[in-house]
Amino acid sequence: MKPQMNCTRYKSTRCKEENVTREIIEIRVNDVKPDRDDVLKTQGIPPGKKPSENLEPLFKRAMELFLELSHPLCIISEISIPEFEVVYNGEGSNEKRTPLDEIFRKAENLALFALTIGDKVSQKIDELFKSNEFALGSILDSVASDGADKAADIVENHFLNLLSNEGKINPSTGILRYSPGYCGWHISGQKKLFEFFHPEDIGITLLDSFIMKPLKSISGVMVAGKKEIHNFEDSYPFCKQCKTHSCRDRIRALFRESNLKI
Amino acid sequence: MDILKEISEYLQQGDNERVSALTKRAVEEEIPPKEILDKALIAGMNIIGEKYRDHEIFLPDVLLAAKAMYAGMDVLKPLFIKEGIPSIGKVVIGTVHGDLHDVGKNLVGIMLKGAGFEVIDLGNNVPPEKFIETAKEENAAVIGMSALLTTTMQVMRRVVELLKEEGLSDRIKTIIGGAPVSVEFAQEIGADAYGYDSSNAVECVKNLIKNVR
Repeated sequence: MKPQMNCTRYKSTRCKEENVTREIIEIRVNDVKPDRDDVLKTQGIPPGKKPSENLEPLFKRAMELFLELSHPLCIISEISIPEFEVVYNGEGSNEKRTPLDEIFRKAENLALFALTIGDKVSQKIDELFKSNEFALGSILDSVASDGADKAADIVENHFLNLLSNEGKINPSTGILRYSPGYCGWHISGQKKLFEFFHPEDIGITLLDSFIMKPLKSISGVMVAGKKEIHNFEDSYPFCKQCKTHSCRDRIRALFRESNLKI
Repeated sequence: MDILKEISEYLQQGDNERVSALTKRAVEEEIPPKEILDKALIAGMNIIGEKYRDHEIFLPDVLLAAKAMYAGMDVLKPLFIKEGIPSIGKVVIGTVHGDLHDVGKNLVGIMLKGAGFEVIDLGNNVPPEKFIETAKEENAAVIGMSALLTTTMQVMRRVVELLKEEGLSDRIKTIIGGAPVSVEFAQEIGADAYGYDSSNAVECVKNLIKNVR
C-alpha cells in the first residue's frame, strides 16, 4: 500500500520561453519513514533472518539521523505526449526499442517529477565513513535510499489524486514512474528533463555526467493510463544486464493495488 | 585466553573499545606489532570475511568488525612509522569519472584494508588518467574501479585501454564492480576481474596480486 498524501503545496508558473505549470511539493519527513525490512534487505539481510543484536541500535540511530536531516521536496509538471517525446529523445542516446517508448505514446496523462531528500543526509553519510562509523554510514545510506523511494511513491499517489480531482481517471487507470538511466532510457535524457521544468528550483542540480546532486534524488516521468500499457516483458536486450528486474515487482504491485479515488 | 586470540574475538564482535585496549596491552607485553597485526587483527577480519562469504553474518557485522580493526590499527600505526604499515599489496581504488556514488567503493576499501592491503582511495569522480598516474606513482599492483551507472561504467574501458597503451597491463591489474557491471562486461573491456560484492572483490584482488609480474 502506498503512503497517503499529506503535504503542503505551492504553485508557480513559467519556464524559460514556454509557459509550464509546475507544482512544488513539500513532503513531511515522517511520511517517508523507511521500512525496516526494506533497509535490512538492502543490507543483504534476507526476510525472516534475524540480524545480530548490534544492528538494532544502529538502525534506530540511522532513522533518527534520517528524520533529523532529511527535507523531502518534489517538483512536478504535467507534460503533453509531443512535449514528452522531445524530453524522452533527449540527446539521441536511447536504446532503439524501450518499454517507455511504447508506453508513453499510449498514456492518458504524463507528468515529469524530480524529488530530493536534501544534501544533509549525504553529507552525514560521508562524515560517518570518514570517522570509521562504517556500519552506521552504510545503514543510513540504505535508509536514505528507501526514504527517497517512499517520497516517490507519495508523489505518484499525489499525481493520481490530482487526476482524480479532475475526473481524469477510471478504475482501469494505473500510474508508474520511469527514470532516465533505466530500461533503455539513456541517462542523458536528464538534460532535456531538467530544461523543461527546472528542478534546480528545489535544489537539485545536474552534473555533466547527468547525475543529480544531492545524490538521494529521483527524477523521471509518471505515466498515467490503462494499467495494461505498463505490462511489458523483460526481454529487451538490455534486460539481460539488469540485476534487479524490479520492474516485475512494480508491475505486479500495480495490478494488485486499487487505491483509486474516483 | 591468548591475548591475540582475545583481540580477534572482540574484533569479530565489533567491540572497538576492547580491541583498542587489548591491542595497547599486547604492545605493553612487547608482542611485536607485526604479530599483533597478522595474528589478531587480520586473522579476525579473515574469519569475518569467511563468515560473510558464507552468509553467516551480514554487512553491518562486517563493518562493525572493520571499525574495531581500525581501532586496533590506530594503536599500532605509530609503531610502524619507520618501516610503514606492512601490507600484502597496494591497491588504488575509486569511483570512475562522472559518478559520485561511493558507498560500494568504500565498502571494498574497508574490506581490502581488513585483509591487509594498503588502499589508496581516490574518492569519486576520478578521471581515467588519475587512476593510472596514481598506480604508477604508488607502485600499486591493482586498480579497483566502481560505477553505478551504465554511462559512467564506460570510463572503466578507458582505464583498461590506457594501461594497455602504456604497456602496464602485466604490472597493474584491474578489477571492476558496481550495480550495472557484470563479468561479461569485465571480459568485454579486458578488465582482469569482476567483484560481485566487497567480500568477493577481496578474493579477486588476492588472486590478481599473485599474477602481477
